[in-house]
Amino acid sequence: MRARQRNAVAMFRSAIGALALITVASRSLAATDAPKKLGIHAVAAGVYVHLGAQADTSLENHGDIANIGFIIGKRCIAVIDSGGTLQIGQQLLAAIRSVSPLPICFVINTHVHPDHVFGNAAFVGSDTEFVGHSHLPAAFAARRENYLNALTRVLGDAAGGSVIVPPTILIKDTLELDLGERKLVLTAWRTSHTDGDLTVFDTASQTLWTGDLLFVERTPVIDGSVRGWLTTLDELRKQRPAHVVPGHGPVDPPWPHAIDAEAHYLNILISDVTSAQKNGRTLSQTVEIAGLSERSQWLLFDNYNRRNVTACYTELEWED
Amino acid sequence: MRLNTIVPGGLSLILSICALLVSVPTYAEPETAPSASKIEIWPKVRTSLFGTREIHEDSSAIVQLEAPTRAEDASTVPIAMHTQLVQTAGRYIDKLYLVVDNNPSPIAAVFDFTPESGRADIETRIRVEQYTDVRAIAELNDGSLYMATRFVKASGGCSAPAGKDAEAAARNLGRIKFRVDGPITIGKPALAQLAVSHPNASGLVLDQISRLYAPAYYVRKIDVSYAGKPVLTADIDFSISENPNFRFYFLPTADGELRAEIIDTKDLKFESEVLVKSGSVSGGGN
Repeated sequence: MRARQRNAVAMFRSAIGALALITVASRSLAATDAPKKLGIHAVAAGVYVHLGAQADTSLENHGDIANIGFIIGKRCIAVIDSGGTLQIGQQLLAAIRSVSPLPICFVINTHVHPDHVFGNAAFVGSDTEFVGHSHLPAAFAARRENYLNALTRVLGDAAGGSVIVPPTILIKDTLELDLGERKLVLTAWRTSHTDGDLTVFDTASQTLWTGDLLFVERTPVIDGSVRGWLTTLDELRKQRPAHVVPGHGPVDPPWPHAIDAEAHYLNILISDVTSAQKNGRTLSQTVEIAGLSERSQWLLFDNYNRRNVTACYTELEWED
Repeated sequence: MRLNTIVPGGLSLILSICALLVSVPTYAEPETAPSASKIEIWPKVRTSLFGTREIHEDSSAIVQLEAPTRAEDASTVPIAMHTQLVQTAGRYIDKLYLVVDNNPSPIAAVFDFTPESGRADIETRIRVEQYTDVRAIAELNDGSLYMATRFVKASGGCSAPAGKDAEAAARNLGRIKFRVDGPITIGKPALAQLAVSHPNASGLVLDQISRLYAPAYYVRKIDVSYAGKPVLTADIDFSISENPNFRFYFLPTADGELRAEIIDTKDLKFESEVLVKSGSVSGGGN
């Protein structure tokens, strides 16, 4: 974006922010102290999701930028990803309580990224266990301080209380969790979007929660291995779930078209980077030219494509 | 080498910098720089390295620095130092200093050259703390100093990140990619690329259980020679990105072997060589 455009966006955002403030102020006389509720909708019986904004974390969205939700069994509830701040986690909890009083037995994190995990603290309690890929504790340890600093820098007080809560139940291959006559199958994947990706399959409703293995409409982010991710997508697309909840984007996207669109972008990156490398292009030259044919297909493309090209280039340059 | 007394506050300054991160979903960062550090780093680095010697800032006839205005991935920022001299015995660039003011370890690298280097160009990738001047300072054999500066904005968070795949990194430690762009013409500088698989980490990860910091683990020295004569020596640290990667020149004067030795902070040594013949090259891994 040109500087002028960026300034325009900044002014627009602060104007929206001002409007929002005015709106809130005029309602505050009747407001309670209860946290706002997140909008949730049922994907299937007992399966609820909240769609995050297709945006970067900002003061407008307080980190509510990923798809998060929960599944209700006879005995207890599993949360799948908790949002980008403690606040969002608390709002999710309020939404859960609007439909069920059952204890929350599991909070499952599909991977390490902040928009999926910083709501965890809202669920800490004696009933609740935290679940993740076996690589997740190390990923949290390595990134924790950095994520916290970035969160505070952008959100200030809105980030208050957001802490990392690592998993104690670790998945190496697969594991079944029972919510009371309701079984969830969790699968740990090879390094793909990150090195700690988990999917969750609700057998009762045949709903597949992909975590960020699937981005719909929003530019996928390579923070693991582009080759590994493509192999994983090959396997995922063989499944025939009745419902699909992606990490970002609308629920129940066309299947397997949504997988194919994402794989197509990753393959374009590989092809553009490989040919740039064959032509002796340096990393800084390649980030200018790779992936551009996909630009109109994805939201936030300019925010992420060049970084994806960097990830791809530094991965592929080690191949013979 | 870099954890020296140049930076006031020494270890406490380093520990206050956030440690390890790969790419984070970007945040909608404000366009203005965050409030600047109160510590002016460059004057102290300058004095420590060069005392009161004059540094020519009108340097484009000697050295040019390429760096992105905004770093796409703060952990892997490509930079290039292009020099305008052909190295000769009478006049050559003896050293290139790479300084990243606001990094925990501001002196990212010192490169030593010889007339046998052909050209004193270097391309590499660095980690960048937010909003910093990056400086390339060339020191000629007559002692004169020339500096090129670029301002780089890191986007999305801190530098010195963890890798994307911790297990793969451990498996691949010390793997080398070493190649020379052919065809070779005797007497004409040839371009080589050297990369070593290595976390090159600052080590500033706090173990939650033991409450101890793991030691830093990075490549500290690289020696490249051709036909037994040095063409490049690099003193580096964790300001260089994971899997340190360098493009550089050497001057083939006859058939010979281009040899690289890499040493890290555990004193592990990794080696590789490329056989160079007029017209072609062979070899290049380990």
